[in-house]
Amino acid sequence: MLLIHCPYCEEDRPELEFRHAGEAHIARPENMAELSDEEFERFFFIRSNPKGIVYERWRHIHGCARFFNAARDTVSDRFLATYKTGEPKPDLGKGK
Amino acid sequence: MADTIARASALEGRFLNADGLTLVRAEPAARLSLRAPKTAIKSLSKALGLDLPERPKTSSAKDGRAALWLGPDEWLVIDENQADLAGACASVAEFHSAVDVSHRNTAVLVSGARVETVLNAGCPQDLSLDAFPVCACSRTVFGKAEVILWRTGADAFRVECWRSFSDYVFMLLEQATRDR
Repeated sequence: MLLIHCPYCEEDRPELEFRHAGEAHIARPENMAELSDEEFERFFFIRSNPKGIVYERWRHIHGCARFFNAARDTVSDRFLATYKTGEPKPDLGKGK
Repeated sequence: MADTIARASALEGRFLNADGLTLVRAEPAARLSLRAPKTAIKSLSKALGLDLPERPKTSSAKDGRAALWLGPDEWLVIDENQADLAGACASVAEFHSAVDVSHRNTAVLVSGARVETVLNAGCPQDLSLDAFPVCACSRTVFGKAEVILWRTGADAFRVECWRSFSDYVFMLLEQATRDR
């Protein structure tokens, strides 16, 4: 079983306690009413979906219930880092 | 003549003592789901008469009353004497949310030398004494149900779950006890 580090519980916990919650660092536009359909589509539906490192929101739903962010490699399914909501993307260094 | 309706609590009369393990339903207790920011912790601790723990996975207990850390701003308060917990918090002026969940939850007391193995049948957490010491508590999963584990002794746990899941939790515990 995958162990995921929860930044709020400050320890590795089993993946069954967590739930994926979509791509992270997507800012909701402040001028929502003025967006064109194309711009709204881009904000609302279009996700990066890369092969490699993704930044995602996760929720420790059966634990502390908090949302946090994680950097995960979609190829190896390895969690490279997890960090609290509101913190900037971590520096993952080279070669990762 | 009107028939009288007797109230039956969840898990009433359920008991198991087998293979060195005991499962017993906890006595009814008052419970409070408490959410509060840091600024209210001091006054709430004073009103409840015990320090709300601020470290992950920790609890504090005093005179039959306990506060379990569930999240950075969330606690489960249990009072075995069925005191009015929501009433105790009502005098606190700081912003907080206190919801009485006494009848939402029920608990199974699990004790015996094999307690870690039995709980690990449905709970994926490391429950060894190093990782989960006495007085530690955590919301987690047990099989398909969400539970709150609270270690009350080296070989004793209190398993809090919603009453609608309690039959499932008890049956899974029974099954795990008999599996050797």
